[in-house]
Amino acid sequence: MASVTAMQSPHAAPDPAKDNIVEVRDITKFYGTDIHALDSINLAFPTSQMTTLLGPSGCGKTTLLKIIAGLLEPTAGEVFVKGKPVTGPGPERAFVFQDFALLPWATVLRNVAFGLELTHQPKAEREEKARQYIDKVGLGGFEDKYPHELSGGMRQRVGLARALAVNADVLLMDEPFSAVDEQTRRKFQEDLLHLLSVEKKSVIFVTHSIEEAVYVSDQIVLLSPRPGRIHSTIRPEISRDASPDDIRRDKAYLDTVEEIWNNLRKYLD
Amino acid sequence: MVLFGHRIPPAYSLLIWIGLWELAGRLELAFILPPFSSVIAELWVLAQRADFHAAALQTLQSFFIGMVIAIIGGVAIGFAMGRSRVANSILGMWVNIFASAPLSSLVPVLMLLFGLGQTTIIVTVVLFAIWIIALDTYAGVRHISPSLSEMGQSFGASRWQLLTKVLFWAALPEILAGIRMGLIRAVKGIVIGQLLVSVVALGRLFRTFSDNFQFEEFWALTLILFVFALAFSSMIGWLEHKVEYYAGSRI
Repeated sequence: MASVTAMQSPHAAPDPAKDNIVEVRDITKFYGTDIHALDSINLAFPTSQMTTLLGPSGCGKTTLLKIIAGLLEPTAGEVFVKGKPVTGPGPERAFVFQDFALLPWATVLRNVAFGLELTHQPKAEREEKARQYIDKVGLGGFEDKYPHELSGGMRQRVGLARALAVNADVLLMDEPFSAVDEQTRRKFQEDLLHLLSVEKKSVIFVTHSIEEAVYVSDQIVLLSPRPGRIHSTIRPEISRDASPDDIRRDKAYLDTVEEIWNNLRKYLD
Repeated sequence: MVLFGHRIPPAYSLLIWIGLWELAGRLELAFILPPFSSVIAELWVLAQRADFHAAALQTLQSFFIGMVIAIIGGVAIGFAMGRSRVANSILGMWVNIFASAPLSSLVPVLMLLFGLGQTTIIVTVVLFAIWIIALDTYAGVRHISPSLSEMGQSFGASRWQLLTKVLFWAALPEILAGIRMGLIRAVKGIVIGQLLVSVVALGRLFRTFSDNFQFEEFWALTLILFVFALAFSSMIGWLEHKVEYYAGSRI
């Protein structure tokens, strides 16, 4: 069964507890003067868990993720990472982009090592590390290929390896599978879950796919649109020990998908 | 081209034109047009003359200095315009005006300003080449996907790293196209400029040849300039080809 917590009243001054790796407090975002993207968002992201921001388009889920990443400045409010307020990007957070954002002139190896290159790690060291993660995401043998020689799914594996290679505590994933075809997507989700169970990362994941959210998440934050507000938080209590196919047939899984759909359908015009 | 059922490689059409030229020359249709073969013979002689060497060296040197200034300046202006709205509103109009203006008319003014030496040639080259390089660089910078700069930022790139490791390379195909166009314009500029000024370097040779009705020499010099222009532009074309593999796959 899934437990639902309505978020009508925001927590009064949340404590930067150790079990929450990221917290956002009273985040409000206006684009210009009239587009109200986010309205006083208060959220906590538990350490070593996968939290998904889910909602229809216009709910500000990507905006919130980019504010957490330090790529966008909030109009009001604060972001705390490991208890400390942050205002820009930092080495404890790594971003995985919807359109992969790979350097098209660089090989897979250099792309994966790029975060380490920017922090001036010696070439041999960073390439050694990059090779490890290339293997972990299942791209061994493709080190010297260029992005345009890879399929969409493989490109996103490069993006994932690049984010893992910098050894950040938090992975921020912006609809990472939306540009990938359905079959590849399923396989990728399974591989991601497996990889994360080994790597012990905290993940903040943005998606508009309900099934994807329920399949991968420990915690799902439903956002409602115009302006973006937290609708509710759901913790799908699905056993991760079952095989992927069993999970997709699991009653709890299907019920949670249904419940979220019932919550979100009223926002569709 | 297909002739009598045979495919003729495009390069052969050049041979046909050369043949026509030779024929027209031999028939003495126009006194300004000597046969191609005597132009080539003269080219050989010209290539060994000391005054040609001195003039060609001076022109070439000025051309290179001018191109380096135009490339650095043009890329800098293009990046400033592409990255900053303020710079774009200040510079944009002027760059567009200069890129389409008939700059040849300015060359006599430059001569007055900078005298009759190498400086005038250099300034001419810069003036002819820099604007199109700036415009193409600007187009390239605007073409860069925003997520690529976000990627750089999120992995901790400094402004300088972002510029040199991400943005410059992402705009490189357009920058090279701009340089190639600028180069062609600079060759035009240098020819027009030197014909107008015609007291320094190759311009003086041109003037001497045409004033003395030495049309073999005149055409030989023209051919040399054509070949140089073609060689430079193919060199840049080759560089463009080297980055082609990613130019089309950028998002």
